Amino acid sequence: MIAEHVAFGIIAAVMVASALRVVTTRDIMHAALYLVIVLAGVAALFLLVGAEFTGITQVLIYIGAVIVLFLFGIMLTRTDFDQDEETDHKRKFPAILTALLLLAVMIGALVDRFEDVKLDANLPGGQTPQTTAQVSDELFSQYIVPFEAVSVLLLAALIGAIVIARREEGG
Amino acid sequence: MTAATVMSGLLAVEVPYWASAIIKVGVIALVVPTAALVLGYVFLLKMMSFMQSRLGPMEAGPYGTLQLLADGLKFIQKEDIFPAKADRTVFALAPLVVLVSTFLIYVVIPTGPDAVVAQLDVGIFYALAVSSLSVVGILMAGWASANKYALMGGLRAAGQLIAYELPLVLAVMGVVIQAGTLDLQKIVTAQAEGEIFGWGGIGNPFILTQFVGFFIFLVAVQAETTQPPFDMPVAESEIVGGYQVEYTGFRFLFFFMGEFGTAFAFAALAAVLFLGGWALPWGDLTHWGFNIAGPVIMLVKVLAVAALIFWFRFTYPRLREDQLQRLAWKFLIPLSLVNIVVTGIFKVVL
Repeated sequence: MIAEHVAFGIIAAVMVASALRVVTTRDIMHAALYLVIVLAGVAALFLLVGAEFTGITQVLIYIGAVIVLFLFGIMLTRTDFDQDEETDHKRKFPAILTALLLLAVMIGALVDRFEDVKLDANLPGGQTPQTTAQVSDELFSQYIVPFEAVSVLLLAALIGAIVIARREEGG
Repeated sequence: MTAATVMSGLLAVEVPYWASAIIKVGVIALVVPTAALVLGYVFLLKMMSFMQSRLGPMEAGPYGTLQLLADGLKFIQKEDIFPAKADRTVFALAPLVVLVSTFLIYVVIPTGPDAVVAQLDVGIFYALAVSSLSVVGILMAGWASANKYALMGGLRAAGQLIAYELPLVLAVMGVVIQAGTLDLQKIVTAQAEGEIFGWGGIGNPFILTQFVGFFIFLVAVQAETTQPPFDMPVAESEIVGGYQVEYTGFRFLFFFMGEFGTAFAFAALAAVLFLGGWALPWGDLTHWGFNIAGPVIMLVKVLAVAALIFWFRFTYPRLREDQLQRLAWKFLIPLSLVNIVVTGIFKVVL
């Protein structure tokens, strides 16, 4: 397991450094691009624990779609190219406090739940921890109701977004 | 000793993990520029010239075969220019992001029973995910150039690539439903071992049942590689090359290789998904000989698909932005959804 630990350490260090740059850089474009590195790190961590499907979905959704929308929005609305002095850090202390509180809550929850649980890397028959077929089988049998609920929720959000956008266009 | 025993002897040699990783990286690093050169020469230079009743390049090498190598050397010699107001780091990284996205697609494309860099359980899903990374590189280039034409090109590219990503993914769904797997190797074997109403003479290439998917896939690929008639993002006559306008020398060469390398990769994916990939429907698919014959069979099929792509490219005039978006959202996406539903019904009924 040594190789995995080293890989985890490298990925985690890069992610933490990039995450700090996301909030400290004054160039909003650079902030978005550092976020790409953080999200790619998350995908790499998913791959490291054998969650192939989740890792690749992370790349497709977050880097391929969400970040592209961020960049698109920045390019459409910003015309100044230099370091933006208006991007102030006035509220940085409440922000740091919130982040630390969130960190404490998450660490508490994770330690409380997974204290003695270890990821079993040596499954019988050399199979990977969870294949895509298993994910889809569980999603469409055991978890079909939450899945459909989320689908309806997303549809409602989509329609809501279109309605709001159209109203602004008319007014 | 027969050829077969020599070959199986060679395959039995235990290669250490790091050595096989280096060999695989080397093979991909060779294949991508070669693919770009082949497509550029056969189609961009020669096929277009013949369609326009001219000869094309004839001086560099026999029939101008070395023209693109000469062009490549010329690009490398050029000065590496950064615009004065450019965001230098992002400007320099952008072509690399596009090129890395291209390289990553090649990782899963199978060319034989063992001739594949990595056989992933989620092969086609992976290929589509990493191909979407190039948009980030294009947006970086458009922004960092500090040029309004580059910015407009970047915005047009983003709008177009997001719109055509959907039909591209949805067109593949039909094949995935029919084959019952995302693994590209298993999609190949499913076609080679398939039967048409009990007759297995030519296997069952999915183009026969998924011809709608094949059509949508080709149109979406055309748009994803920003080739005419979907070349709004790089339209020379309107925005003088779009996001590429400030790039010179080897950085421009990276964009060129990215464009043609991606076109080749998508043609290879189309060959795997719809035309049966490296396999022939006769003979034992696990035979070692397919590792040598496979790449040749693949190349023939890839060039056939690429010929279609470039035929469209040289035939149709450029679409306007509204026509382009209407085609994607109001025609291709509904059509691909209908295709998925029909495929699903047949899968359940048959």
